[in-house]
Amino acid sequence: MAEPIIRVTNLSKDFLLPHLRQTTLKGRALNLFRRSHTVEVQQALRDISFDVERGEFLGVVGRNGSGKSTLLKILAGIYMPTRGSVTVTGKLVPFIELGVGFNPELTGRENVYLNGALLGFSKSEVAAIYEDIVAFAELEDSMDQKLKNYSSGMQVRIAFSVATRAQADILLIDEVLAVGDAAFQRKCFEHFRALKKSDTTIVFVTHDMSAVRQFCDRAILIEDCEILAQGGAEDIATQYTALFNPTPSGSEPASALQSHGKRWGEGAMRYTEVAVPAVLDDTGTLTLEFEAVAEQDVDEPVYGFLIKSSSGDPVMGTNSLLKRQPTHNLRKGERVQVTWSLPNVFSDGVHLVDVAIADRHGLAIYDWWEEAATFTVVKEEKTPYPVTPDTSLVVARAGAAER
Amino acid sequence: MSGSPLVCHRSRFTRATPRPGLGYTDAWSTVQPQKRDVKELLARIRIRYRYPRILLRAMVITDFKLRYQASLLGYLWTLLRPLAIFTILYIVFAKFLKLGASVPYYPVYLLFGIVVWGFFVEATTQGLYSLVARADLLRKISFPRYVVVLSIGASVLISFALNMVVIVFFMVLMNVPVRWDVLWLPLLFLELVALSISMAFFLSALYVRFRDLNYIWEVCMQAAFYAIPILYPLTLIPIRYARLLILNPMAQIVQDARYVLVTPQTETISQLYGTPWVRAIPIGITLIMVATSVVYFRRQSRSFAEEA
Repeated sequence: MAEPIIRVTNLSKDFLLPHLRQTTLKGRALNLFRRSHTVEVQQALRDISFDVERGEFLGVVGRNGSGKSTLLKILAGIYMPTRGSVTVTGKLVPFIELGVGFNPELTGRENVYLNGALLGFSKSEVAAIYEDIVAFAELEDSMDQKLKNYSSGMQVRIAFSVATRAQADILLIDEVLAVGDAAFQRKCFEHFRALKKSDTTIVFVTHDMSAVRQFCDRAILIEDCEILAQGGAEDIATQYTALFNPTPSGSEPASALQSHGKRWGEGAMRYTEVAVPAVLDDTGTLTLEFEAVAEQDVDEPVYGFLIKSSSGDPVMGTNSLLKRQPTHNLRKGERVQVTWSLPNVFSDGVHLVDVAIADRHGLAIYDWWEEAATFTVVKEEKTPYPVTPDTSLVVARAGAAER
Repeated sequence: MSGSPLVCHRSRFTRATPRPGLGYTDAWSTVQPQKRDVKELLARIRIRYRYPRILLRAMVITDFKLRYQASLLGYLWTLLRPLAIFTILYIVFAKFLKLGASVPYYPVYLLFGIVVWGFFVEATTQGLYSLVARADLLRKISFPRYVVVLSIGASVLISFALNMVVIVFFMVLMNVPVRWDVLWLPLLFLELVALSISMAFFLSALYVRFRDLNYIWEVCMQAAFYAIPILYPLTLIPIRYARLLILNPMAQIVQDARYVLVTPQTETISQLYGTPWVRAIPIGITLIMVATSVVYFRRQSRSFAEEA
């Protein structure tokens, strides 16, 4: 096997806590007399070791503050390791974020040249690819405006457009997909697919498990400054999701009153019980059962729910108003049973359920309970998309090969 | 600093070719120590410093575009500022206090002093802030950190060059004779640039750590303005003190530069001590300053990203 393009061996990184540092001469002078050398050390990474092979697409996942961005900065050569070593064999793009060094007072054109210089392009080299960059960003008409007059979406487009021109063996990417609209994200994805084909090595820090599943060959899960797991992208994505949602044990219905979600509303009605199956396998129907009580007299309340992926993105939802389904008028103290059934089209992984009751127009919220329940879908077919409905596929030979 | 294989305390950080960009091979990383003719060496140096050069250029251009943006007179301010200061000082000290009566061509003499001193002040003051002001870049991109300070040095140098045009204009206006001595001027400017830029490097790295340095430096500059014979001829003060003052490299540079460009009737270090070799002291101080800042800046540059 060829030598790895990045080798990280027993890497640790410590930071001195900033508020304890002596950042003024006066402070330093006073400290000389007090002789109090209590510098607090915060560990950001502890004994990290891994290799990245040439052409590999490696995902680095972990919660906020787990140290994954620090790791990326060390790989980029921005931070120096406290202990251990990093060996990089190849050209490395020094960018870890889009639009670094952009100046709002300069025009779009000037910023392209500036950004290009940071990527290592000389003036004539930028000039040669300038038209392409502008065309890719679809900003032909506004290049002579100052950047501060651009929308944030336009700024991201131009930044990304420059960054795609970088020619290197290794690309380090930090949360690129967190910015931009859907159309732009699609462009990012297309670019990544192209890079993957072209044998570029990519280290990709993200929270987006569907991106990990879709692009990464392998992933590393960092938790509390250490590598908790490394392996196949699918496996790591599942483990990461599990960090947020301690898996419900057994098949007993999840209890209604796990109150970690936020809950608000006027309180004219409120849910008292939520019953959702904890685990759902491949096929079958998802049944959501709720019980609610009226605290006041209410006319034709609207019942609704929303299902979100583990990262909080809405997958689907509906309510009785959208379904044009009439509901009862309720007297104070009356209770209702609300039961929803739907086919299990969801993708593999943990899902969150929000439930709500509103007035008859669906405007005033009586009770909105975020993450009132969770359920885990286990499916053989793992796709990176929000839903994975039952699909069937027939591939048949359509005739003899033409010669 | 990036570029060379990095060796740092307690850790190994090797990077064979971290240079991004196009159009070159990794020649410098695979060193062939056997045959190394000059051409090859030059090519390697060109590749080695390709990225810093591109960056430096981009930063200086940006700096110039931004500096006088939305200002009415734009680049003219580079010239107007020293001229305004000159006018004030000239009226107060030459007309009212009659300080320069003994010096021929006193207006040019004064303006030249102000321009040379102004270069030092601008380079060190702007240099001091440079790293902290570019903290966003330092935290997000790996690039040779010295480029940041160098870009400030370069833009101050460009302003200085423009100011020199004004000096020449005044010299023509006042019929100042040009002597062969003027050939020393490039060497004196070299000393000036070396001293100013190395101070800038030192201060910028120190300011990352000690954020009250800017106030201290400001006061130092005020005091130094009077400790250096810019306004007054050195003959005004007792020779004992004059001999001490002239050991300051800035005082030596200002006086020598005036001697070679404006008028030989000014007190230089050679005249005060009776021998030109005393120059070894201020030049030595400058060299020590250069060495100190290179060592200190290189050592500190590893942690700029965390502290700036």
